[in-house]
Amino acid sequence: MFIFRTVLAIAGEDFSVIASDTRLSQGFSIHSRDMPKTYKLTGSTVLGACGFHGDVLTLTKVLQARLKIYEHDHNEKMSTPAIAAMLSTMLYYRRFFPYYVYNIVAGIDDQGKGCVFSFDPVGSYERESYRAGGSASAMLQPLLDNQIGFKNQENVTKTSLSQEKAVNLVKDCVHLGSGEGHLYW
Amino acid sequence: MEYNGAAIIAMTGKNCVAIAADRRYGVQAQTVATDFQKIFEMGPRLFVGLPGLATDVQTVSQRLKFRLNLYELRENRRIKPKTFMSMVSNLLYERRFGPYFVEPVIAGIDPKTSQPYIASMDLIGCPMVTEDFVVSGTCSEQMYGMCESLWEPDLEPDDLFETISQALMNAVDRDAVSGWGGIVYVIEKDKVTIRELKARMD
Repeated sequence: MFIFRTVLAIAGEDFSVIASDTRLSQGFSIHSRDMPKTYKLTGSTVLGACGFHGDVLTLTKVLQARLKIYEHDHNEKMSTPAIAAMLSTMLYYRRFFPYYVYNIVAGIDDQGKGCVFSFDPVGSYERESYRAGGSASAMLQPLLDNQIGFKNQENVTKTSLSQEKAVNLVKDCVHLGSGEGHLYW
Repeated sequence: MEYNGAAIIAMTGKNCVAIAADRRYGVQAQTVATDFQKIFEMGPRLFVGLPGLATDVQTVSQRLKFRLNLYELRENRRIKPKTFMSMVSNLLYERRFGPYFVEPVIAGIDPKTSQPYIASMDLIGCPMVTEDFVVSGTCSEQMYGMCESLWEPDLEPDDLFETISQALMNAVDRDAVSGWGGIVYVIEKDKVTIRELKARMD
């Protein structure tokens, strides 16, 4: 199976950042160094998907089709929280033969606030302010806890995250994960 | 290694080293004690951290201390960290085909040259000596992520303490079988500072 490694996303007050590494590998061999796994779904929503690349391709194809149908039916783009809810049902539909894909959806919600949704392969999902997914998530998540969640820090003023800090942190994370990266914000 | 759970980090700074460990003793998911010793003093400026199977942690620490005492009695001098590392490696490799389930971390300052020294090892004694940091335990991935981004060269003892503590605490908070408090040893040329961390207890 061809495997994608890492995606991560951070939501700010009025923006969100999502990034991925660009490596496609199978075991210890590298197939490509230039394959981003972030997919722009609408003007305000980006999906990050890692796991089995074949399932990623199928899932994104079906997702794009569903979004197009919605747009024709309702004469507007689907909102980010709605896309997340739909993705959850799509994943759960395959409950007993799941897509082997870890998804993170980042974008702007109806109120114009940054939002991030993270999923497991069978559609359990949650809105969060930051999340790392994929095989490097174990390395990245504690760093995000510390730097964005201010975990284990005392007497700190929890300032809202600036776009510059978010982007810099995400760049550090992607380089930490594998060395090659791709970034949307 | 996952039966009891543990997390240990060692880091170098400017003329100092630090070694930190969590304090949980558990049996799989059940926490039994939160004051378990995983770092052992092997000299005035030499410490070894033993994550792994708790029964082997205690056996190995005792056998190491025994061999160390024999060495220092015979040689009539303090052991160098590098020599001690070989001693640990040798002890583990003697059990090549029925190993002790421990992956030691060594941190010390050379008694003569005052050079900082850190090293880690797998369960059959294959050593890895580094200039920056070493990690070992059930949440090694998390610890690598934290250390790789927080550590920088030539940290002063106080900054080194902050760095290693943050690295440890944030790593163990994403691991179910380690955590429940922490302990940090900052080793300098003429003093060792021991601090207990007030960490999440859930």
